[in-house]
Amino acid sequence: MAVLLLAEINDGALAMDATAKAVSAAQPLGEVTVLAVGSSAKDAAAEAATIAGVAKVLVAEDALYGHRLAEPTAALIVSLAGGYSHIVAPATTDAKNILPRVAALLDVMVLTDVTAVVDADTFERPVYAGNAMQTVKSKDATKVITFRTSTFDAAATGGSAALEDVAAGENPGLSEWIEDKVAESDRPELTSAGIVVSGGRGVGSEEDFAIIEKLADKLGAAVGASRAAVDSGFAPNDWQVGQTGKVVAPDLYVAVGISGAIQHLAGMKDSKIIVAINKDEEAPIFQVADFGLVADLFQAVPELTEKL
Amino acid sequence: MKVLVPVKRVIDYNVKVRVKADGSGVDLANVKMSMNPFDEIAVEEAIRLKEAGKASEVIAVSIGVKQAQETLRTALAMGADRAILVVAADDVHEDIEPLAVAKILAAIVKEEEPGLVICGKQAIDNDLNATGQMLAALTGFAQATNANTLEVDGDAAIVAREVDGGLQTIKVTLPAIVTTDLRLNEPRYASLPNIMKAKKKPLDEKTAADYGVDTAPRLEIVKTAEPAERAAGIMVGSVDELVAKLKDAGAI
Ligand SMILES: Cc1cc2nc3c(=O)[nH]c(=O)nc-3n(C[C@H](O)[C@H](O)[C@H](O)COP(=O)(O)OP(=O)(O)OC[C@H]3O[C@@H](n4cnc5c(N)ncnc54)[C@H](O)[C@@H]3O)c2cc1C
Ligand SMILES: Cc1cc2nc3c(=O)[nH]c(=O)nc-3n(C[C@H](O)[C@H](O)[C@H](O)COP(=O)(O)OP(=O)(O)OC[C@H]3O[C@@H](n4cnc5c(N)ncnc54)[C@H](O)[C@@H]3O)c2cc1C
Repeated sequence: MAVLLLAEINDGALAMDATAKAVSAAQPLGEVTVLAVGSSAKDAAAEAATIAGVAKVLVAEDALYGHRLAEPTAALIVSLAGGYSHIVAPATTDAKNILPRVAALLDVMVLTDVTAVVDADTFERPVYAGNAMQTVKSKDATKVITFRTSTFDAAATGGSAALEDVAAGENPGLSEWIEDKVAESDRPELTSAGIVVSGGRGVGSEEDFAIIEKLADKLGAAVGASRAAVDSGFAPNDWQVGQTGKVVAPDLYVAVGISGAIQHLAGMKDSKIIVAINKDEEAPIFQVADFGLVADLFQAVPELTEKL
Repeated sequence: MKVLVPVKRVIDYNVKVRVKADGSGVDLANVKMSMNPFDEIAVEEAIRLKEAGKASEVIAVSIGVKQAQETLRTALAMGADRAILVVAADDVHEDIEPLAVAKILAAIVKEEEPGLVICGKQAIDNDLNATGQMLAALTGFAQATNANTLEVDGDAAIVAREVDGGLQTIKVTLPAIVTTDLRLNEPRYASLPNIMKAKKKPLDEKTAADYGVDTAPRLEIVKTAEPAERAAGIMVGSVDELVAKLKDAGAI
């Protein structure tokens, strides 16, 4: 059995954490070959080659793969799919865009957000916003899988896999990149941060979200938000934690002014320690919190920031 | 240009899900079912395209049990022009996999030749986030998933996509498949007169066999279990106590 793993690469840089976690998830399935795709992918490939357990790194560097549009990237993966029993990737928005397309082209089902590998055909994944865990067995010849990174530890580094160039494929010419709007930030990345501080509708405005950010910066944390906070314009879309946003499992998650709807819990309830600050003692968030504080966030959060 | 909108009947997002004691799945008997929230957003977007004169007809499609008719009536009441129900299961617990759904939708696309298919980005029951991408693969069309904005411009669509780093804007050649994210729009409620009118709008009933699609699942559900419970926590009385507890726990 052999695994082809699509590395997560953004603008030429390897997302080490996500890729290394997918490598450790994939290891029990067979020898892991990493595929590095992008208009600039060589440096990322060289870095991926250092992940322990990687046997080989294929490099597809071509202008065609800039911005990893789904159509050319999926076509490339299908052209390489031959010798592999499993085609996998970390469950990022990029991979979730590309791998279902690959699966359909191979006439197989896709398994997204897998949280555990039982055996080569059998996997566990959450359904219904994490309210049920399903064990499923695939009857397909090739398994196409995205791994939920928050549930796997990153593989170590220290390996030295060989690099091998692969030729670019055809350009289906169906889509074209126009622009990226990416906020630059010195904060840790949300899905790999050790600490996350999230604000909800209770924070009340974009200006007041600064008190959430101050607490986060004091803790060296990433900032998250509930859907209500994002919909209300307090926070950007890529901060949304939950069933339909990002899934996080940091060592410490601080939920401020968040009620704890199941859709939000789905994205953070595997955090090691959960702190909830809410003025409503009945808020469901307290049912999952290790430490709950019933307080007005406008007093409690600045005080907490000061005392840490 | 026709716009095709696949809508899925799912457990209402407010319902507390119960796993059946025998581990065979989630109990869907006698629970409230609704249109998948992302599909409401898809229907709304299609209707707005029609209102803006960019679409000629909005067709809603649902695949599943006969009761999915109710979901289609909701789409018609919101403003879709006609509906297609593809009956592919007898039991509400029997769900059709995205690959089979995409194959049926691909056959409908061939017949109807829509310029745009707008799907939800994920169904809130199985959370697979796959059908739109699979349909794009099978039709050979372009795809733009997780749409935050959608603008139809001649024979192309410009879509801003919600991605991990923020927003990515791409241009796709039509016909194309778009999937909706939460912030694309706020779906309207159907008014009572429109609900009445929807009862007279055409609803075609088909079966999976009519499209020659085998819906046998590729994935076998071995077991469905409750997720692990979190141990009960404690309430603290002050910020000082919270800081002390966090220090004790080694969290800070
Ligand atoms: C299809 C679908 C997908 C969804 N996906 C997600 C998702 O991915 N992520 C997500 O988060 N949600 C998601 N939701 C939305 C979810 O159902 C909730 O609506 C949302 O999480 C509520 O956000 P909130 O807790 O910030 O707001 P609210 O529920 O309004 O809670 C605000 C809280 O702030 C408290 N508060 C107010 N003022 C103060 C104060 N001064 N001090 C202290 N506390 C205060 C209140 O007591 C209240 O508990 C989804 C919903 C649907 C239908
Ligand atoms: C791991 C796993 C194993 C499964 N095993 C079985 C099994 O053994 N037997 C079985 O019967 N089922 C099985 N199912 C259920 C079946 O696969 C799901 O119903 C199917 O996965 C639909 O996924 P989704 O709704 O999450 O699709 P998504 O791809 O998340 O849906 C996205 C969008 O596609 C459109 N769409 C999806 N489905 C429909 C539909 N039916 N009609 C119209 N539009 C639609 C909607 O626009 C929707 O918003 C399994 C599911 C999973 C996840």
